[in-house]
Amino acid sequence: MARAVSTQRKALVTVVAWVIGIVIFFPILWTILTSFKTEAEAIASPPSFLFFDWTTENYGEVQARSDYFRHFWNSVIISVGSTVLGLIIAVPAAWAMAFVPGKRTKDVLMWMLSTKMLPPVGVLIPIYLLFRDTGLLDTRIGLVGVLTLINLPIIVWMLYTYFKEIPGEILEACRMDGAMLKEEILYILTPMAVPGIASTLLLNVILAWNEAFWTLNLTAAKAAPLTAFIASYSSPEGLFYAKLSAASTMAIAPILILGWFSQKQLVRGLTFGAVK
Amino acid sequence: MGNITLSKVTKSFGDVQVIPPLDLDIREGEFVVFVGPSGCGKSTLLRLIAGLEDVTSGEIRIDDRNATELPPAKRGLAMVFQSYALYPHMSVRKNIAFPLRMAGLDKAEQDRKVEAAAKVLNLTDYLDRRPGQLSGGQRQRVAIGRAIVREPAAFLFDEPLSNLDAALRVGMRLEISELHERLKTTMIYVTHDQVEAMTMADKIVVLRAGNIEQVGSPLELYHKPRNLFVAGFIGSPKMNLISGAEAAKHDAKHIGIRPEHLKASKESGVWKGRVGVSEHLGSDTFIHVHDTGLAVGEEDMVTVRCDGEMDARHGDTIWLTPDMERLHRFDDKGLRIT
Repeated sequence: MARAVSTQRKALVTVVAWVIGIVIFFPILWTILTSFKTEAEAIASPPSFLFFDWTTENYGEVQARSDYFRHFWNSVIISVGSTVLGLIIAVPAAWAMAFVPGKRTKDVLMWMLSTKMLPPVGVLIPIYLLFRDTGLLDTRIGLVGVLTLINLPIIVWMLYTYFKEIPGEILEACRMDGAMLKEEILYILTPMAVPGIASTLLLNVILAWNEAFWTLNLTAAKAAPLTAFIASYSSPEGLFYAKLSAASTMAIAPILILGWFSQKQLVRGLTFGAVK
Repeated sequence: MGNITLSKVTKSFGDVQVIPPLDLDIREGEFVVFVGPSGCGKSTLLRLIAGLEDVTSGEIRIDDRNATELPPAKRGLAMVFQSYALYPHMSVRKNIAFPLRMAGLDKAEQDRKVEAAAKVLNLTDYLDRRPGQLSGGQRQRVAIGRAIVREPAAFLFDEPLSNLDAALRVGMRLEISELHERLKTTMIYVTHDQVEAMTMADKIVVLRAGNIEQVGSPLELYHKPRNLFVAGFIGSPKMNLISGAEAAKHDAKHIGIRPEHLKASKESGVWKGRVGVSEHLGSDTFIHVHDTGLAVGEEDMVTVRCDGEMDARHGDTIWLTPDMERLHRFDDKGLRIT
């Protein structure tokens, strides 16, 4: 039976939800607005909200001064590359843990998760030195590797939960129906696992895209992704809010668009398989 | 085809032996029911036959071929699961066709067989739906359809009706019996419900803790239970089991009398008691009688079944007379005395 909810209560909840939504979205909106202002208007006090002279000169200047597309491609290669590599390792791992668990499976999972509790800066120096000595500094390969390792526990955990949701009886049924391992994987497991793999993929592309700590510390010019592109507009040359905002907007736009079109998958991904 | 022979089959999970050495013969065309309380190993036994669990030792032969090491896909058996286990991403048509597809039949042949099975099971209108859009009974029928299309050597049913409501359960029970009559294929059916076992089986296998307590036709089990466990398990309501002085009178450690073999009277009889709860079903009345002075387990209660209506009120005095011909006697090991 549905709970009876009064109109008043509904209205209240709606208002609260909108307020929270706006509070969360406001910084992004402000960044976008600032990117269309002149530097003078950007630091004006009190700030003007919508009524200022809209200009796109910041975008032109940002593009002229640093190559957006080179950074963009670096971001794409690093985030997609690390996600695909992660999936290649994580799918069999999660598979084995979900369908043929051993005595220590839970411990292995906890141990993997525990690596995410370590502050990354704690291992920055060893990793930096490793990168320097192996010539991986400022290379895309190096970043793909490090981001794969950083996100691997999350990928394995997500896939593990998805695979766990596939009822064992369905797999047994297909074995009874004459399917050998190949057919079982091809016709039953894969189609049932695809939604889970898709949302894991999306979430990890986003995580890798936004990752700033390692990308900033391990790149200089050649392999620098969009995070480094934004950072280059912050301190060294004084505060250029409008240009910084333009760069930020350009950096977050692709991921915002990707996120918008894959909302459904993402929500499912973020709830970690809790919702059936 | 459809002979299944188990010889000295055992199964252990770690150090725990759930099936001690067990022999069983299932002949072609038989409807065999494995029945027993939960945890008695009946599902494990079925899964051993299916190949979903490996035997620890012993041999399973299907149609005179050693199948002990064969994977489930190669045993030629079909199984219907308690949860139906339909493929959620496939239409009903594809679900039923799946085993045919695995067997490598061509598309036209697949379609012909699916249509035929759908017709038998009244599923023709639902062929293009997904399992998620079907009711419990319909899903069960799809699961059965998936099992029958490939004409297996035997059908295995693992408590297939326990997720259905009572009315649907009776209907499906009849449908499965009907199906067995028509196909004449060996069927092995696992249930904890002794009514299902009694009504459907040619042969009942009563299991307790992995041991076979008795194998026989429903009426054999009813009339000649081999021991106290079978006596108490088969029949509804349960047989009244009496020990102590009353049993000694019959040269036995325990005696058993079924509720339907007791006569109740308000005037006279052999045993006297006080009426507790009486259940009026219209067709018959079950009276639970207390304070009989008989040693009848912890509840100290004898159940009697009377034909039609019987006016018995809580606290009334009542007399019971057992039908001596139908009295079961058991020795101190709980075995039947003949």
